[in-house]
Amino acid sequence: MNFSADLSLALPEVILAAGALALLVWGAFQSRANAVFSLAAVALLVAAGAAAVLGPMGRGFSGGLIADQASAFAKVAIYAASAIAIPLGQPWFQRRGVNNFEFPVLIILAALGMGMMASAGDLISLYIGVELHSLALYVLAAIHRDNAKASEAGLKYFVLGALSSGLLLYGASLIYGFAGSTHFDIIAQSVEGGAGVGVLFGLVFLICGLAFKISAAPFHMWTPDVYEGAPTPVVAFFGAAPKMAAMVLFARVLAEGFGGAADQWRQILVIVALASVAVGAFAGLAQTNLKRLWAYSSIANIGYAVLGLASGDAAGIQAMLVFMVLYMVDVTGFFACLAALSRDGRPMETISDMAGLFKERPGIALAMSAFALSALGLPPFSGFWAKFYVFKAAIGAGLGIAAVVALVGSVVAAFYYLRLIKVMWFDAPVGGVDTPPLEAKAIAIALALFTFPVVLVALTFIDPLAAAAAAAFGLA
Amino acid sequence: MTGILSLITYAPVAGIAAILALRFIAPAGSAKSADLAKWIALVTTLVTLALSLVMLGQFDRTTADFQFVEDFAWFGGLHYRMGVDGISVLFVVLTAFLMPLCIAASWRSIEYRIEEYLIAFLALETLVIGVFCALDLILFYVFFEFGLAPMFLIIGVWGGKNRVYAAFKFFLYTLLGSVLMLAAVLAMIGITGTSSIPELMTYDFGQEIQIWLWLAFFASFAVKMPMWPVHTWLPDAHVEAPTAGSVILAGVLLKMGGYGFMRFSLPMFPDASVFFTPLVFALSVIAIVYTSLVAFRQTDIKTLIAYSSVAHMGFVTLGIFSGNAQGEQGAIFQMVSHGLISGALFLCVGVVYDRMHTREIAFYGGLVNRMPWYAAIFLLFTMGNVGLPGTSGFVGEILTMTGAYQASTWAAIVAATGVILSAVYALSLYRRVVFGELTNPALAEIKDLNWREVAIFAPLILGTLYLGIYPAAVFDITQTSVDNLVAVYRAATGG
Repeated sequence: MNFSADLSLALPEVILAAGALALLVWGAFQSRANAVFSLAAVALLVAAGAAAVLGPMGRGFSGGLIADQASAFAKVAIYAASAIAIPLGQPWFQRRGVNNFEFPVLIILAALGMGMMASAGDLISLYIGVELHSLALYVLAAIHRDNAKASEAGLKYFVLGALSSGLLLYGASLIYGFAGSTHFDIIAQSVEGGAGVGVLFGLVFLICGLAFKISAAPFHMWTPDVYEGAPTPVVAFFGAAPKMAAMVLFARVLAEGFGGAADQWRQILVIVALASVAVGAFAGLAQTNLKRLWAYSSIANIGYAVLGLASGDAAGIQAMLVFMVLYMVDVTGFFACLAALSRDGRPMETISDMAGLFKERPGIALAMSAFALSALGLPPFSGFWAKFYVFKAAIGAGLGIAAVVALVGSVVAAFYYLRLIKVMWFDAPVGGVDTPPLEAKAIAIALALFTFPVVLVALTFIDPLAAAAAAAFGLA
Repeated sequence: MTGILSLITYAPVAGIAAILALRFIAPAGSAKSADLAKWIALVTTLVTLALSLVMLGQFDRTTADFQFVEDFAWFGGLHYRMGVDGISVLFVVLTAFLMPLCIAASWRSIEYRIEEYLIAFLALETLVIGVFCALDLILFYVFFEFGLAPMFLIIGVWGGKNRVYAAFKFFLYTLLGSVLMLAAVLAMIGITGTSSIPELMTYDFGQEIQIWLWLAFFASFAVKMPMWPVHTWLPDAHVEAPTAGSVILAGVLLKMGGYGFMRFSLPMFPDASVFFTPLVFALSVIAIVYTSLVAFRQTDIKTLIAYSSVAHMGFVTLGIFSGNAQGEQGAIFQMVSHGLISGALFLCVGVVYDRMHTREIAFYGGLVNRMPWYAAIFLLFTMGNVGLPGTSGFVGEILTMTGAYQASTWAAIVAATGVILSAVYALSLYRRVVFGELTNPALAEIKDLNWREVAIFAPLILGTLYLGIYPAAVFDITQTSVDNLVAVYRAATGG
């Protein structure tokens, strides 16, 4: 394949990279972000999304970059989540006197890295994608630099993220050493019929590194602290899109690189999944800060996504993809609600802050109830359908007992979602909630309407698209 | 008449939309908005009732097939499938029948957040009717499970002192049962490749897998019924729920459990049903005897009636798992009759609670002196609860026991003592509340029923007596489907 054909496969990445640099220059001259600047950033993401869907499909750069149904599916979801983060975050920062033009640029750079993760065809592009998006996220977490908590969160995220990158690299080098290549398809040949000890050792490290990125137990420790400290709109962003990118990458590595060793990695994933569900459910019970609570909720939810992956077949990957899309809506929407809420100018972040919210701000309270019920898995909210796919796949793949354990875990977690609803609906209002900013409220309510009832229609489109995406991974 | 089931199911949603639109006319929470909302809710539920009666009129009693079937392909191989047969059709009508009464009973007793309350009730009506109409496993599950949310709010927002505890207990208990059912549902879809209930009813599951699936469904329905020993959420939920919430809980929500046994457990897992029949019989007779004794010791009128509900549901499970026509007919009849009688009893409690704001039995006494009409109506429903011939309560109990007698003599004999025990607690309740001298000075000025309350009781009185004197009104409708169910069950189990 010649270079221009290779490049055409990387069109979304080219658009984002060139656009990010152009925005950076523009921003340096302008020095303050404004609506046009944000709009340009959103337009870039839309263009990249269009390129991902309409552009050519195939493998380029000698297999290092893959453009297929799966990467297109993931990229559209990732770019959409990134595009929502910009109008959610920029005005939020402006109101707090942080008027950095870097925010949209960093989001675009993160989106670029995440797109690469979704398209990675070998261990090198895997690592570049992971690092690119991670570095952008570290800065985003600490972008509120006058805020001690945010700086602490950024530092924690950076140190632990660097550790996980180390694990990832170590695993990658072991795999390269024993399999003789960094390309997934060549690795796949060498693990035909089961991986040897060396490769398996490397794979375990690779899984650990990725588990860090998706905050699956037992590598979840950074999540609550970072979620609590980072600015709320930033959490809305990195609770959603990076998880999608990392899960798709996870699926890509396991399905395309280690499909032959499926019996070996499936058991690891089942344990990771159940541990995540248990940690998320039980540790969440003790939380009083909503951001921490939702961090544990996200740990539990990632557990369900990993359970889908652990099914090790096309249905399982389809389930994981549907799950992640619906989960992204949930988590973005919930943090959009939090971003919309303040009392006398101070953020409302604890459960007791929400007392009687339904009386004061019925719109936001209804949206938040929808996200809570969705995360709980109550039908017909989107979270139920997400779980429906995952558990169907898991039971179909013979993981019935694991599915029942995970389902019971969801009942434990139900308690804290219900407590949030109870506080909002049953308790007496405290008063003094500020008028929510329009953009955050609009995003929250639009996403809440997606969880129900739009999802009932949307799934008729997501279902076949996710099936086509899952087929691209080549598992039976 | 295709489409009428969806029309009935979603008619209350139109009422919700209308109530939401009220804020364009009057500010939310104002007296005008609340009044209009009440009328909208009442009219909506009456229209739903009328539609369901039209549907009942068109219902073909000579076939055991599902009728008024709607079927649209959805995503992931699921279908939007609705339909009713002789087993489910009466529950649709029962729900539509009780709902206007609930709205009317809440007319004065709900004092805050009235619009939201009515929305919750209308949503509940949609979901409960949906449960009885759904012919797709997942659709059934969606309706079944979503119903928890409005009931959670009804108990939690408008309930009594301990409402939060009761609401959580209700939700989590039911959810735990339901997720196990969900696992079984997904396993069944995985095995058969379809989620269609009519197709699954004819599918032959292996014996071993049947055991597991049966247990998972049992976990859900036994909690919902509720059966001893997983009944403990019910007294809490009943005591804390507002009157109309109790009526709907006892009147129709509990029936989902019995309906589930007849729709899923018997036809889909016949071998497992036979295998577990002794277990169900044991739990049923324990429920009948034990909860009757517990009811006798209660000091709160509502708790007493709640325990009596558990006992009466024991007869239902006894009838269902007897596996013969009398038992099934009796179970359906008992559920319908219990829907009327227990609903009426909770309304009777509500009448005095609205006036005195206490449900302590010891607080009352001698009400007959001040409230003769109330005393008469309360007596009728107490007799219905005891199972006096001439009321609908009698027919259900005698038939379920006849059915159970053929399956297990002992179970029927022990259950029969429950009839006596029910007379003990119900009559003693009645004596302590209504008879005797009116000694409590607080009761000196208590007023008898007003016209609104009489109007609420009238349909329940007529229903109880009509079904007691002419039970064939129910049997004619259920006969064909029940015969078919029993025939299939017998054939599958070689009995």
